[in-house]
Amino acid sequence: MLDLELRNNPYRDDKVMGSCSVFGMMEMRGRCVKGEPVIEAMSSMKERSNGLGGGFAVYGLYPRHSSDYAFHVMYESVQGKELTEAELERNFDVVHDEEMPTNPHNGVPDPPILWRYFVSPPPEDGTRFQELVAREVTHINTTVRDAYVFSSARNMGVFKGVGFPEDIARFFMLDEYRGYIWLAHGRFPTNTQAWWGGAHPFSLLDWAVVHNGEISSYGTNRRFVEDYGYRCNFFTDTEVVAYAIDLLVRRHGLSIEMASKVLAPPLWDRIDRMPEPKRALYSSLRSNYAGLLLNGPFSVIIGREGEMIGLTDRMKLRPLAAATGSNMLYLSSEEAPIRLVAEDLERVWSPLGGIPVIGRLGEGISYDDEEA
Amino acid sequence: MLATQLLAEFKIQRDEDRCIRCKVCARQCGFEVHAYDEETDRMVSDQSKCAGCQRCAVLCPTGALTVALNPQSYAPNYNWTRERISDLKRQAETGGVLLTGCGNDKPMRIYWDHLVLDASQVTNPSIDPLREPMELRTFLGRRPKKLEVVDEQPVDGHPQVRIDLPLIFSALSYGAISSQAQESLARAATAVGTLFNSGEGGLPKALRGYGDHVIVQCASGRFGVDPDYLRRSAMIEIKIGQGAKPGIGGHLPGEKVSRSISAARRIPVGTDALSPAPHHDIYSIEDLRTLIYALKEATNYEKPVSVKIAAVNNAAAIASGIVRAGADVIAIDGLRGGTGAAPKVIRDNVGVPIEMALASVDSRLRSEGLRNECSIIAAGGFRCSADVIKAVALGADAVYLGTAALVAMGCTLCQKCYTGICNWGICTTDPYLSKRINPDIASKRLIAFLSAWALEIKEMLGGMGINAIESLRGNREHLRGVGLSDWELEVLGVKGAGQ
Repeated sequence: MLDLELRNNPYRDDKVMGSCSVFGMMEMRGRCVKGEPVIEAMSSMKERSNGLGGGFAVYGLYPRHSSDYAFHVMYESVQGKELTEAELERNFDVVHDEEMPTNPHNGVPDPPILWRYFVSPPPEDGTRFQELVAREVTHINTTVRDAYVFSSARNMGVFKGVGFPEDIARFFMLDEYRGYIWLAHGRFPTNTQAWWGGAHPFSLLDWAVVHNGEISSYGTNRRFVEDYGYRCNFFTDTEVVAYAIDLLVRRHGLSIEMASKVLAPPLWDRIDRMPEPKRALYSSLRSNYAGLLLNGPFSVIIGREGEMIGLTDRMKLRPLAAATGSNMLYLSSEEAPIRLVAEDLERVWSPLGGIPVIGRLGEGISYDDEEA
Repeated sequence: MLATQLLAEFKIQRDEDRCIRCKVCARQCGFEVHAYDEETDRMVSDQSKCAGCQRCAVLCPTGALTVALNPQSYAPNYNWTRERISDLKRQAETGGVLLTGCGNDKPMRIYWDHLVLDASQVTNPSIDPLREPMELRTFLGRRPKKLEVVDEQPVDGHPQVRIDLPLIFSALSYGAISSQAQESLARAATAVGTLFNSGEGGLPKALRGYGDHVIVQCASGRFGVDPDYLRRSAMIEIKIGQGAKPGIGGHLPGEKVSRSISAARRIPVGTDALSPAPHHDIYSIEDLRTLIYALKEATNYEKPVSVKIAAVNNAAAIASGIVRAGADVIAIDGLRGGTGAAPKVIRDNVGVPIEMALASVDSRLRSEGLRNECSIIAAGGFRCSADVIKAVALGADAVYLGTAALVAMGCTLCQKCYTGICNWGICTTDPYLSKRINPDIASKRLIAFLSAWALEIKEMLGGMGINAIESLRGNREHLRGVGLSDWELEVLGVKGAGQ
């Protein structure tokens, strides 16, 4: 997309603000399930969005292409499609492509051209291929006319657009898909010029992020990740969260638990009281990654291959509810939607600020609130 | 010799009805302005000697004294102001370089006063620091590009110094200031969990117990530098330049070099202490690297090494070189930084305002991908907590406070520091004058002003919805400019108000 910055931030605000509803659902054994509960849950939180953005990320949705990278791309012109396809052909082995199946009769106005591509990775060196994909997607998103990549990861896809989440779900006919992780987002932007690429989830490699909040440390965080080569073209907190977690976990090799102590660290008072060697670790994480502390209100649900993570700011200035039952993990802006769609819940709780809820295939659910 | 043609700077008015001839004014004035005339049983004043420090007026028990600018004036002239005429006459009488003290007092634009702060409304909540935690703890030193963690333990990295608030006392050397004043700074820094800076005059034995809270300087004269001095410090600072006198060295006259100063500086009693303009072993960036690593070797890589430069035209490029040369901290001292003595023409005409230098250094280090690898300390004329928080938003990790600390102790910026006479007992080594600073009292005043600024900083942070100072660092989105032109906004990296 040429002029991506201007497109997503037409008034050149310091950042694009928006509040929202978030919901996440994970089948803990990795079995793929239908997304109807997620859509129903989002629909029940209608007051939290205003019809200017809705979207979903689904993990495990392409069993027949499970080892291929799926590119979900939107185009605003045929020319953009041709340019992008030339790019993809040049760099990748595209094994299959097709128009995204949509239902045109559901009242979502002016959809862009939506296409998906399946790319077969080379057998060796997965990390280098990931880097190549990340670079290529950034290249298309920032320099190719009228094209924007929603997602580009293995057996995972993002569906999003301008509308209420349930409208977007109907438009993309999400009842046709099954996944073991579903993330959903309903947007309430204060910026009125919504466009399809600006909806959430925001995705980078296999990360998908849905986010509710407004981070006061945005400028500091943006400059920090830019030091490491990321470019923040969207001017949204969500984008910064995605880059921060990618930097800490994929590139710097920290665990999700440690990364969450960077993004939402305990107060110094608490760190000072920790026993060694825990104190040394927490102190080091905080002082060395001070520029990644996400300050101000946020609740975020992050997905990646085999994992779903819920995290709020350390003061818990935005809501997040969690629940488990029948091999499912639910994360939601509100508790009511969880109760609406799931009956046999074992545990329903309100995670404390800064304490991550992590669902991991094969390992179960981790939530360690001991230090709180 | 002709009598001086100069007009007295100040006019002293004494209310004779109030004066009780107690002679406090005569005893307090080191410039010998006041005297008692027995014949008439009256106090008399020679106002031509008055520095305007207000010591006599403040201490007069009956409030009989008023010291005000002398209204006598030459014919109004925009070009030939009274200051220009007086300075020229003084030079015509002495033939010398005019000296002065304190920072640049000229009406150059103070950008702090053209920057306004943000606050939260609706979309995120502001925070009340009286009810919610608010963190000012800051670490100074090099940070690794990537933190190595093995078995849940950080691999020992670079040394960092913790400060509990982003306010540090600036370099004020023993000799330039009295030992009592230096001890007051040491005690206050220790009490609030921050640092003081020894300046280039060494560290008297009595203050070596404050090692965890001292930044020791290694300046061009190398005064007082010995292994113990380096090893007892929290941090070492190579002083290249000073905002009040970029490119200029220092000169402590021999008459000031008493026994104790000679011991601290490691020079013979009565000899002039000359700090050369450059370090004569640093004529290039690679020479600086040699000294940085010599100091690191000498201290077993346990201390961060800071390099302090005056803010000059190419500060951004120089700073980038300094980080690449191995410095862990860069201190930048702006145009309005203070001094105990400097040529007036240098103080008033050389350098760059700290706001501009700080913004351009921070931006350059970011574009070079180096910003996260070092800390930046900004210095040069910080007057209030709002200046400090704006500096943090422009990219500073912490600020140096020199003049502000002196004012808290008693200084009134009369700018006569270079005379060696300081009626407030700060900038003098005369035992009669310097005992006027009681470290018990002066350190309390310093602690109080730092605590007050810290509270104000917390209020402003909370208003912006931020509860840890690191989240404001370089966060220029929280600033807007008022009354600034496009190029000024561009250098500062902030938008205009309303944009």
